[in-house]
Amino acid sequence: MSEILFIHGGLLVRPDGTAQADLVVRDGVISEVGVGLSAPGGARVLDASGCWVGPGLVDLHTHLREPGGEEAETVASGARAAAKGGYTAVVAMPNTMPAADNAAVVAQVLTLGKATPIDVLPAGAITLGRAGERLAPMAEMAALGVTLFTDDGMGVQDSGLMRRAMQYAEGLGVTLAEHCEDEALAAGGCMNESALSARLGLVGRPGLAEEAMVARDLLLAEDTKCALHLLHLSTARSLALLNEARSRGVVVTAEVAPHHLTLTEDLCASFDTVYKVHPPLRSAADVAALREGLAKGSLDAVATDHAPHAPQAKDRPFDEAAPGMLGLETALALTIEALGGEGADPVRVFDVLSRTPARIAKLRAGDPRLSGLSSHGGDLSVGEDANLVVIDPSARPVVDPDRLQSRSRNTPYVGRTLAAGIRHTIATGAVVVLDGELVS
Amino acid sequence: MSSLAGNHLLSIEDLGADGLAEVLDFAESFSEVERRSVRKVPTLKGKVVASLFFEESTRTRLSFETAAKRLSADVLSLAVASSSVKKGESLRDTVETIDAMGIDAVVLRHRSAGAPHQVANWLSSARVINAGDGAHQHPTQALIDLLTVRQARAELVAQSSDGTGLRFLNDLEVLIIGDIRHSRVARSQILAYRLAGAKVRVAGPGTLLPASLDGFDVELVEDLDQALRSADVVSVLRMQEERGSGSFVPSLHEFTATFGMTTDRAALLKPGAVITHPGPMVRGVEIASAVADDPRCLVLKQVANGVPVRMAALYLSLSPSAVQDV
Repeated sequence: MSEILFIHGGLLVRPDGTAQADLVVRDGVISEVGVGLSAPGGARVLDASGCWVGPGLVDLHTHLREPGGEEAETVASGARAAAKGGYTAVVAMPNTMPAADNAAVVAQVLTLGKATPIDVLPAGAITLGRAGERLAPMAEMAALGVTLFTDDGMGVQDSGLMRRAMQYAEGLGVTLAEHCEDEALAAGGCMNESALSARLGLVGRPGLAEEAMVARDLLLAEDTKCALHLLHLSTARSLALLNEARSRGVVVTAEVAPHHLTLTEDLCASFDTVYKVHPPLRSAADVAALREGLAKGSLDAVATDHAPHAPQAKDRPFDEAAPGMLGLETALALTIEALGGEGADPVRVFDVLSRTPARIAKLRAGDPRLSGLSSHGGDLSVGEDANLVVIDPSARPVVDPDRLQSRSRNTPYVGRTLAAGIRHTIATGAVVVLDGELVS
Repeated sequence: MSSLAGNHLLSIEDLGADGLAEVLDFAESFSEVERRSVRKVPTLKGKVVASLFFEESTRTRLSFETAAKRLSADVLSLAVASSSVKKGESLRDTVETIDAMGIDAVVLRHRSAGAPHQVANWLSSARVINAGDGAHQHPTQALIDLLTVRQARAELVAQSSDGTGLRFLNDLEVLIIGDIRHSRVARSQILAYRLAGAKVRVAGPGTLLPASLDGFDVELVEDLDQALRSADVVSVLRMQEERGSGSFVPSLHEFTATFGMTTDRAALLKPGAVITHPGPMVRGVEIASAVADDPRCLVLKQVANGVPVRMAALYLSLSPSAVQDV
């Protein structure tokens, strides 16, 4: 069985606060937690002094590109990038080629995921081929353990079909995750619609395109009682709509992407396609509102929208380039930055990056999980699966594209000094990242 | 205070007021070359200018290639229809291939905004002259318009406009009418006229205005007739059917009725006022045929200024940062 680990000298981040304690991992589970423990015989000692110890991060929004886009990423390379970024579980988006709109593709991704050290939970498509025309066989995929369904990359444009999807999903007890952008209003645009897009002569994707669909889906969820998760919200007004719906009692969760918390549309003035993403980078006022929403709790989770692209998809004119940017290996530090940097509350950091995403994806202990997947987002109690991350909040690594584990290089953060570093990642009791380096 | 000398010309933003005056003055000098019996100078002998037109254009391409040849440069012309681009080659690969052949300047036309900026980053050392990118910029067209207007204003007071910099432009009131949303010419004109000190007003149906005017230092016209009465220069823009302008208005007929440069509207212009059009004109849509042929319409003079302005742009851009006289 796996080796015994002794995680020594760290600050344990629990849901209700932090405490200095040591932790022993044996047979893939947390076997002992306490102050001043001594290392069990034969244990590997992992130094966590000066570090936060918490549940492994869970990403609700990862594009692993396999099958079909293996030049940009594979399940294996994406899993390595995830582990390097502190993640022990990722939800794989279904916009592969072919799309994960049936049990066969879902099963393929599950199988590929099992060959990696972390847990990979495939999300299924809402509609066949993500074409927005007919419902995909959600029950068939749910039977394999799929808990989230999305046509991500695009929202379901047809309101009648989305209503039907919600009515169907509600009966299955699964969650619909929507990429909110009305494509008619987005008008094929490639950056935020603003004074800047007007000056640059680029067609804009207005905040309105997102907000109109957020409003629609909140109303549909209210009527159908379907569990709704809003992907990558990017505007202040989306947040206001979310808060307003919650005040009426609508049950909904929402995520924000690290880039929408840290980058603004001004970067598009360089026409550098690394800054092209859907929904687009917005204004500084939107960034400020999203940061406030994350700190105060109206945004439940940070999800990466990790979107690897091969160079030829990005070395194109701005309007033709593929949208999306890498996220897994920088998300933790950017979230800390968005939550106040050195003043960030570690409890909130683990809420938004691990515990709440695990709850939304139904990956916690006690959830009727997929066979073979371990539990995530735990409290650090004895007996739970040892999916853990040790974060060094005083590390200041600089983003070097040549040191990324992703197959792709489309990170907008080249040269940026990050607000924290991953020291160790432990996936079901196995050390996957040790002292910041992937264990081969 | 930003000279074109030694630099790319990607946008009018690359020029300061002095840089703008410099190009106009050089262009005026080059138009003298146009009047010689041997219309060629050895200035760019040994230099290679690549002309890459990724979007249909006959006039602009001919004008640039003629300008390069008058300066004795060798011209390498990529006809996109028969090139590897059609076989799926990326813009970056095309540009790096051309670059590897050893070139000094690239004249680039592309249907995507920003392509010249990207190409400038991918090239090792060659200079890029933007010959029109999407709805973003068409700097040489705006320079042509300003030179033509400067000459017309000088002529009005029977003076030569040689070496007059921005003097005949700085107190003008310019009115730009029509499809501003899709117009790279308008975006370059607004920057250039403002840089010269002129006042700029714009008029068009709401759907054909940019998504926001906040980024432009212009005034939106509320009363078109009133604006026509006070304008010194009216810039009429082409309805760009290839960019779908037609679907932004109920009909071209309604556009003509509300914002077209009809004979009735031309009659409102004050004495000395002139009309420019970047061409090609769609007679009967944005401009009435009789107005297009009216002597106040400078369109043919604009065409004639195309070559000298592009000579100036190529010459300055390919100069070391300190330029000598022609």
